[in-house]
Amino acid sequence: MPERSGAEGARVVNEPLRRIGRDNSLGRGTWMSLVEVFDHRELLGRLVSREVRAKYKNSSLGIVWSLMRPLAQLLIYYVAIGQFLGAARSIPDFAIFVFTGLTAWSLYSEIITAGTNSIVNNSGLVKKVYVPREIFPLAAVGASIFNFLVQFVILVVATLVLGQAPLHADLAYLPLSVLLILTFATALALVLSALNVYLRDVQHLIEILLLVLFWASPIVYSMGFVHSAIGGTVLEEIYLANPVTLGVLGMQKAMWVSGSEDPTQYWPEFLWLRMLIAIVVCGILLLVAQRVFSRLQSNFAQEL
Amino acid sequence: MAEPLVRIEHVFKRFVLHKDKSLKDRVLYWGSRSKSRSEFHALDDVSLEIGLGETVGLIGHNGSGKSTLLKVIGGIIEASRGDVFRRGRVAALLELGAGFHPDLSGRENVYLNAALLGMSTAETDAVFDDIVEFSGIGEFIDSQVKFYSSGMYVRLAFSVAVHSDPDLLLVDEVLAVGDEPFQLKCMNKIRNFQKEGRTIILVSHSSEQVADVCTRVVVLDGGRVVHDGDVGTGIRVLREGYERDRLAGEEHAPGESAHPAVEIDSVTLSGPDGRPLGGAPLPRGTDVELTIHAHLHEPIEWVTGFSLHSTLGQIVYRLNTEGLGLDMPTVPGRYDIRFVIPATNFGFNRLVVSAGATDGGGEPIALLDPAGTLDFADDPIGAGVVQFEASGTVTPIVA
Repeated sequence: MPERSGAEGARVVNEPLRRIGRDNSLGRGTWMSLVEVFDHRELLGRLVSREVRAKYKNSSLGIVWSLMRPLAQLLIYYVAIGQFLGAARSIPDFAIFVFTGLTAWSLYSEIITAGTNSIVNNSGLVKKVYVPREIFPLAAVGASIFNFLVQFVILVVATLVLGQAPLHADLAYLPLSVLLILTFATALALVLSALNVYLRDVQHLIEILLLVLFWASPIVYSMGFVHSAIGGTVLEEIYLANPVTLGVLGMQKAMWVSGSEDPTQYWPEFLWLRMLIAIVVCGILLLVAQRVFSRLQSNFAQEL
Repeated sequence: MAEPLVRIEHVFKRFVLHKDKSLKDRVLYWGSRSKSRSEFHALDDVSLEIGLGETVGLIGHNGSGKSTLLKVIGGIIEASRGDVFRRGRVAALLELGAGFHPDLSGRENVYLNAALLGMSTAETDAVFDDIVEFSGIGEFIDSQVKFYSSGMYVRLAFSVAVHSDPDLLLVDEVLAVGDEPFQLKCMNKIRNFQKEGRTIILVSHSSEQVADVCTRVVVLDGGRVVHDGDVGTGIRVLREGYERDRLAGEEHAPGESAHPAVEIDSVTLSGPDGRPLGGAPLPRGTDVELTIHAHLHEPIEWVTGFSLHSTLGQIVYRLNTEGLGLDMPTVPGRYDIRFVIPATNFGFNRLVVSAGATDGGGEPIALLDPAGTLDFADDPIGAGVVQFEASGTVTPIVA
């Protein structure tokens, strides 16, 4: 903080004049936005805790509710798909398998949904105070990470209870998988949150798309089913090009011990390499997304 | 002068108004997109420099661009063209409590709002007690803010903003909230800020407030700066603007077609000698004669009178024939009704006269507004809504 003199009538601001507004160039602009967000990291922390706390403030069960949804989903898929449709017969520890996939998916879908609405929901703030607007989608990401962590703890406890503790070399897939999902989802959330300001249809469209895309990743069915259906074709490559699919697969590889050590399960070749490439691509996507956001954000205050 | 705190160079702000908002509309009317957009310039080549320690009032009528300018300075809206330079910490009192979350406690909201204004947790900790003290919230600080009264809400928000140690405080029409003691407290705080050499930019419709605190006034009209300088002239420029608008409105108003029972043709203002008043301001103590020229078309019971109001519309004086106990003739014809106001001592530079007539039951029949204006000389001694030939003495008290 600059020195300020407190003497009456002699307040001094030792700061040079700075041009306000965004620099839209690629290198410098991105860097300046990063610095600005970093300067507001305390605010970011407060916004995340606001999102998390305010959500369950008035319910007596509080945070437990955030677990109800994935647990209900788990029950549905376990009974309907695992038992009735018989998927559990070829997938060992079906409950862990589904819950692993759901954990990865809910991180992704929550970032997208909450992120898309973040600017519009905070319109009161956007119109009244200047803070780097990236803060709002990022706060949504932060709150989603918190929910993910809670769910992840449940997953770990479940594996321990079932005696399938994920203590093996494949655990290295876990950070890759989380990083991949985070970069991809954050990039999308940034762009979608800005677009949603101009076109409110986006938030409804996203809800539908997420519903569809849920089935485009091996969450309630295993990769083996996909491979036996479209194995070796271009379609399979397209299927595997989806960063969410790779993220889910990586998560399963790490957390679903009975599957990753089962020779009858199918795992795509060079999964780690595919994930690394996807992370790099998503990183670039994130940079582009930030530039797009930066362009669009200049008119937020008047469009909201 | 040293380097300014804010420098605005040839700033333009163009708003594009979309009339369609949904995807359906945009697809359906793709071809006629240009028709659904209309542009308007909220700011039109505005250049300003604001130095350290100044208190600047931004005034202008609704839609003149003053709030837009404030938002451009605050960085909330980006200018379409031109540059804005600024230094130091800014706190915007644009809308108090914008960052409050109803479900969180007052304490959590204080920290959140302080963070929005750029304060770190350590800085907030240091002034937290002062914030609570100033707001007068007391023990309620730990209850959820949705249970607060709107006054408490605003007090807490204002309190956070003024404790954020800003170099530049942006205030937009927010001081009108809160009860009277709190408003007084706010104004005192603003004066303190002035003494501490902080810079304040205030948007207000209240000329009294602006005249009270500002050292400089910028008048905006249609996005242009029409006056930048001393406060008195600024307020006069603004009032002339109001009057010009009203006159323009008068001309465009459609004429009454049907004959009402009473018509007020005109009002004559004259001095004590019976001569019409010229343009010169009247000195204190002048007798004023006001004559309403009315035309009675139908034999009814009627009352006529006039009112004097300030250019801002505040009623200053009202008088009618009923109050004077005059018997009004009911025979149709033309009448002159003369009122005499002896020894006027109004403290306003300008009063607007309007004349009207009602029927016996008080239903308005005719209105002539404005019917004329009265200009008064400035009070050389005191200030206020009235003026007196006041005097005073100093007497030493010998014990």
